[in-house]
Amino acid sequence: MKSGLLLQFALNGLIIGTLYGMVAMCFVLVFKASRAVNFAQGEFLLVGAWLCWGFMSQLGVPLWAGFLLTTVAMALLGALIQAVVIRPLIGEPVISVIMVTIGLSVVLRGITLWIFGPEPKSFPGGSGGATVNLAGLNIEAVYLWGAGAAVIGMAAFAWFFKYSRLGLAMRATAFNQQVAQSLGVSIQRIFIVSWAISALVSGVAGVVVGVVNGISPGLSLFGIKVFPAVILGGLDSIVGAIVGGIVIGLLENLAQFVDGEYLHWGNLYVVAPFYALVLVLMLKPYGLFGTRDIERI
Amino acid sequence: MSTGTSRRCGDFRTRYAQEMTWFPSPRSAAACAIGLGLLLLAPLVLKNYGLALLIQIGYLGIAALGLNLVTGFTGQISLGHAAFFGFGAFASAWLSNRHGVPVLLAMPAAGVLTALVGLVFGAPAARIKGLYLAIATLAAQYILEDFFNRATWFTGGAAGANAQPANLFGFVFSGDVRYFYLVVVAVVAMFGFAANLMRTRDGRAMVAVRDHYLAAEIMGIPLARYRILAFGLASFYAGVAGALMGHYVGFVSTESINILLSVQMLGMIIIGGMGSIMGSLLGAAFMVLMPEAVEGLFHALGLIGGGADKGLVYLKEISIGLVIILFLVFEPEGLAHRWRQTKAWWKLYPFTH
Repeated sequence: MKSGLLLQFALNGLIIGTLYGMVAMCFVLVFKASRAVNFAQGEFLLVGAWLCWGFMSQLGVPLWAGFLLTTVAMALLGALIQAVVIRPLIGEPVISVIMVTIGLSVVLRGITLWIFGPEPKSFPGGSGGATVNLAGLNIEAVYLWGAGAAVIGMAAFAWFFKYSRLGLAMRATAFNQQVAQSLGVSIQRIFIVSWAISALVSGVAGVVVGVVNGISPGLSLFGIKVFPAVILGGLDSIVGAIVGGIVIGLLENLAQFVDGEYLHWGNLYVVAPFYALVLVLMLKPYGLFGTRDIERI
Repeated sequence: MSTGTSRRCGDFRTRYAQEMTWFPSPRSAAACAIGLGLLLLAPLVLKNYGLALLIQIGYLGIAALGLNLVTGFTGQISLGHAAFFGFGAFASAWLSNRHGVPVLLAMPAAGVLTALVGLVFGAPAARIKGLYLAIATLAAQYILEDFFNRATWFTGGAAGANAQPANLFGFVFSGDVRYFYLVVVAVVAMFGFAANLMRTRDGRAMVAVRDHYLAAEIMGIPLARYRILAFGLASFYAGVAGALMGHYVGFVSTESINILLSVQMLGMIIIGGMGSIMGSLLGAAFMVLMPEAVEGLFHALGLIGGGADKGLVYLKEISIGLVIILFLVFEPEGLAHRWRQTKAWWKLYPFTH
């Protein structure tokens, strides 16, 4: 019985972890391209989920159409944010960029609270009811879809960065901005595109989580969980983000299992990722796959 | 900091001692004294509500100054300042309730306890910086919040803790007027200490660590020590400020100690000016008064009543984020810089170039 429960938690962790990995990937994408850290990543999820909810409940469109509309809207939002808020701060110290994205997260959260209210809402047409029975374990069908979408998304990312012209330009920019610029890559376009992709994919993740658990302001905590994942994986490694996301998802669910079965502390699973984060920072600050900053004088 | 333009004509500095005065000029010292005198007379004019706002500005200003010491002067961003602020409030209530420590002693003692906690969480600062440190302090915020909820013996758990009013030889600091003077004394002491710190070897070392840490290390400044020291000092300030808050409100709950308060404190030093002592107070004043102004605007536009005032609380939150963004984009050096420019403009008045 207990091993079955453990397996269930582990599987949930794996699926949630894949979603964490996807959001963490967006974070790393923006960081690699423009050296900007996005503390508003969680709010992107929140805005994406609410947008999709709004399209569905106000316009009455089905889920797939709302989903498509959300991707378009989120890409536009990401591009807009980069152009209006982030661009003036290029070249400013890292503290300023951190602070401006924190300010952004407060604004986005306030706006969603204002428009949609603080109460959790579920997607029209019922949410997460259907479960799939897989070898004796119950998995919510939407999570399975979400995990599938995340894997497809990751494969698409891999293709994009390896073969497409824009992806290669983005990698070149991440490697050395000046050289890329002198070879004719438009840095501004790269920045805008990276923010747009990041917002889009986060919005998609937000919709997936929202469909399963319902949407509430607490959804933005999902974005905070991204930090343990990226620190574990290394800030500038896409592979690291995915691995880190999965590990953090597993850790969170295992903590919930241990807590529920043995310790009864209550909310260990909320803080466990942060303890892991502090531990990683103390032992291996650049994470598993991150590049060590070597400073030359 | 180039204050050259606001100095009087012919005011050349020929000795090091002249560079190390508390105030940039005798005039600014006089202005500060007059300002303080007017402040002491404030209870004669202001009603309780105005005094409550001033008290709030006072203790938040102390907390912001602490954050400015670590972020503005030493260049280490901290996203967990509110957690230390809350720790100070709980520690002071705990010391006075459980251990019978007189409140006036419990406040600085709470500061010391908070400083110890800050040293623990500041330890990663010895190895990491910038973004990594920001994330580490974010983790500290969540870990401490969880601790507050769990440690019932210390905080009273979700129910919160009561804090008694301060008293000195039977004189009870209850009511806004008496507490106001207590806060003024604390503000003067804490700001004086910080201003003095910046005149010393340690203060200059902190600024050197911020400006160019490699150069600072080559000159023999131990980076790790000053980074951790700055964290401890900032936590001390946050702890004292939290204790002042706790004994003023009379009640400390875990709910108000959230990440938004940390963001607000960072907003204060950005608005006031990073690396400016007076700016910390200006920023705190701005952050306290802005929501009031937003509310006043709401009233003036006749939006209260109906469905609109439901959005007011969110609008206040949005305005906090918005001013942070606007200041970073348009005035990254904050109000202190604007103040200096205003002074320079008056001094150079007919010939503005």
